[in-house]
Amino acid sequence: MQIIKNNQLSNDAWEYKPDDADLGNGDVTVSLSRLQQEGKALSNRTGKLGVRIVPSDSVDGIVAFLPDLALVELYFPELADGRLFSHAWLLRNRYNYTGEIRATGHFLPDQVFYLSRVGVNSFYPENTADLASTLAGLKDFSVNYQPSVN
Amino acid sequence: MIESLIERPPKAILKPTMYQYNEIDQKLVDERVAQFRRQTERFLNGELSEDQFRPLRLRNGLYIQIHAPMLRIAGPYGLLNTKQFRMLAHIARKYDKGYCHFTTRQNIQFNWPKLEEVPDILADLATVQMHAIQTSGNCMRNTTSDHLAGVCVDEIEDPRPYCEIIRQWTTLHPEFDYLPRKFKIAVSGSLNDRAATQLHDIGVHIVKNAAGELGFRILVGGGLGRTPVIGQVIKPFLERKYLLSYLEAILRIYNLYGRRDNKYKARIKILVKETGMAEFSRQVEEEWQHTKDTMILTDERINEIKAHFTPPSYDKDAKPDTSFATNLNTNSAFSTWYKHNTADHKIANYRAVFLSLKAPDVAPGDMTDSQLDVVADLADRYSFGQIRVTHRQNLVFADVKQADLFELWQQLDQLKLATPNIGTVTDMICCPGLDFCSLANAGSIGVAKEINEALDDMDYIHDIGELKINISGCMNGCAHQSVGHIGILGVDKKGTEWYQLTLGGSSDNEAAIGERLGPAVAKNEVTKAITTILEVYVKLRQEEESFLRMVKRVGIDPFKEKVYADH
Repeated sequence: MQIIKNNQLSNDAWEYKPDDADLGNGDVTVSLSRLQQEGKALSNRTGKLGVRIVPSDSVDGIVAFLPDLALVELYFPELADGRLFSHAWLLRNRYNYTGEIRATGHFLPDQVFYLSRVGVNSFYPENTADLASTLAGLKDFSVNYQPSVN
Repeated sequence: MIESLIERPPKAILKPTMYQYNEIDQKLVDERVAQFRRQTERFLNGELSEDQFRPLRLRNGLYIQIHAPMLRIAGPYGLLNTKQFRMLAHIARKYDKGYCHFTTRQNIQFNWPKLEEVPDILADLATVQMHAIQTSGNCMRNTTSDHLAGVCVDEIEDPRPYCEIIRQWTTLHPEFDYLPRKFKIAVSGSLNDRAATQLHDIGVHIVKNAAGELGFRILVGGGLGRTPVIGQVIKPFLERKYLLSYLEAILRIYNLYGRRDNKYKARIKILVKETGMAEFSRQVEEEWQHTKDTMILTDERINEIKAHFTPPSYDKDAKPDTSFATNLNTNSAFSTWYKHNTADHKIANYRAVFLSLKAPDVAPGDMTDSQLDVVADLADRYSFGQIRVTHRQNLVFADVKQADLFELWQQLDQLKLATPNIGTVTDMICCPGLDFCSLANAGSIGVAKEINEALDDMDYIHDIGELKINISGCMNGCAHQSVGHIGILGVDKKGTEWYQLTLGGSSDNEAAIGERLGPAVAKNEVTKAITTILEVYVKLRQEEESFLRMVKRVGIDPFKEKVYADH
């Protein structure tokens, strides 16, 4: 599949695995509760491991796992839930997470400039037709007023 | 034609006395216009659904209303220059029906723009350093302040530089653009709160500590609407350098923990209430400890912004000419206006002048394009090219020389902007109501008009004295009815318009939520109820006692008895 990563189109094979699914050997994200329950056992695979955060999750809950996580996926069930913006900011600023933070789900190209400023560096929109406008959206503004991650 | 209009240099401005955009400010606003143009095109050609477009257009002040879209334009802390005023006139003429409406957030609304023309309107506004960014939607809104900032006699420090600092910080804040609900900040720098800071999500008061250092008292969790709440002090004294880090800590806690399951419980006031002030304040404090030293607001930065608000070049020899005293003594209409529509100024022989937008036959807060143009000319001539919008929907010329007052009054009178009713019972705050707003349950403009017509005796109005009536057409409370001395709230009862009355509310220093008088009254009984309330006041008041004080003394029972006597 195609995503946008570090400001360009990129091929990618990450996959979210629901809690009852077998993980297989690819690169996968799992829910926060699964990560907390199965912990280190999830790392005994060839593929890389990531976590899917939804707005109601607390990022405090993944801090202990961050060194093992190659990806934190911020999943937007709807575009207007702004908690994920703070989650990204906290991961970068408070917990110094340097791995990939990816927005997935129902965000809009019109939000990716903000998301990139709080530290999200890859984007996989629900509607792949939005890839071009998502890429363009990263350049909606060339100036800003306040400090953030970027 | 327009070019020549907007480039006409304000005659009286000698140096910047309000914030002027630099290249970054201008670029940001221009890029926002371009972004909104693309969004509108995507919506019109079906790429964006109504649900997707809604939060985007709201963040540019665009509502879809009963007759047409409504566009709300930001008036940063209520301060506008005459170039901007002429632009409002131009927009009213070109894109609307020749008028605009001033709101309680010191903003400007147009009721008849066409959706496809809104990007053009925003582009025109950008040429005079104006925009509609974050005037609606669940984000940080226009920061409001004291309409007498910088000129009033009870000021500790001019709040406008801090308003501008907050304006910039809130604008396109990447982390806090999708909050649980709207978020409003007000700043006051005076002993008397004229910005209703206790009724805001965050209220910022400039204060001095025991050592004489300037800082801020921070209030949180106030708000109007469905569940009116008076804000509580969360930080009695915040050092200036921490202003933004502290605001950020509050916003982060709210963004993370504010309720998103029910929009009527989503404001920060509910979070504060449900969490408890002690625990909420502990959470903010803990969050703030992480960031307080990483985002210092430096003195250098404060001074840089302050430099934009240098006082205008007052005439040191502005002694009252003899004609002023003569006119005051011989012309009773002028002296009445002077008494009610002007306020003390910190500079000798200057006054702040209120332009009443509450003439009897006009919808409260409305102005026509030609009035806007002439007012701009007058502001250039008499008040250093600036105009302020008050949160009671009037205008202020903040810096008028006493010797110019008579001449100015004559001209305002011709424009129907000199009704001597500031602070009186006919100076009503009124939302657009059912006539324009799709949220409204009942009309409000018609009610205001009827009350105004019934109270046509100026002597009686002046005898009543200070009395604030606020009229909202629905629970959202855009006209702040719950803090009106008399509040009138329109409700829908099985398809007919009824009105709940409250007494004793206030948004001043001693803020209070009004108490409900009794059952709602029918539309055709509202005016009678108001005149009855006034009669009770006149009968029971003691000497100089104001309406509000009297309600506090006697409670609502005497009023209740009379208003519902015939029921």
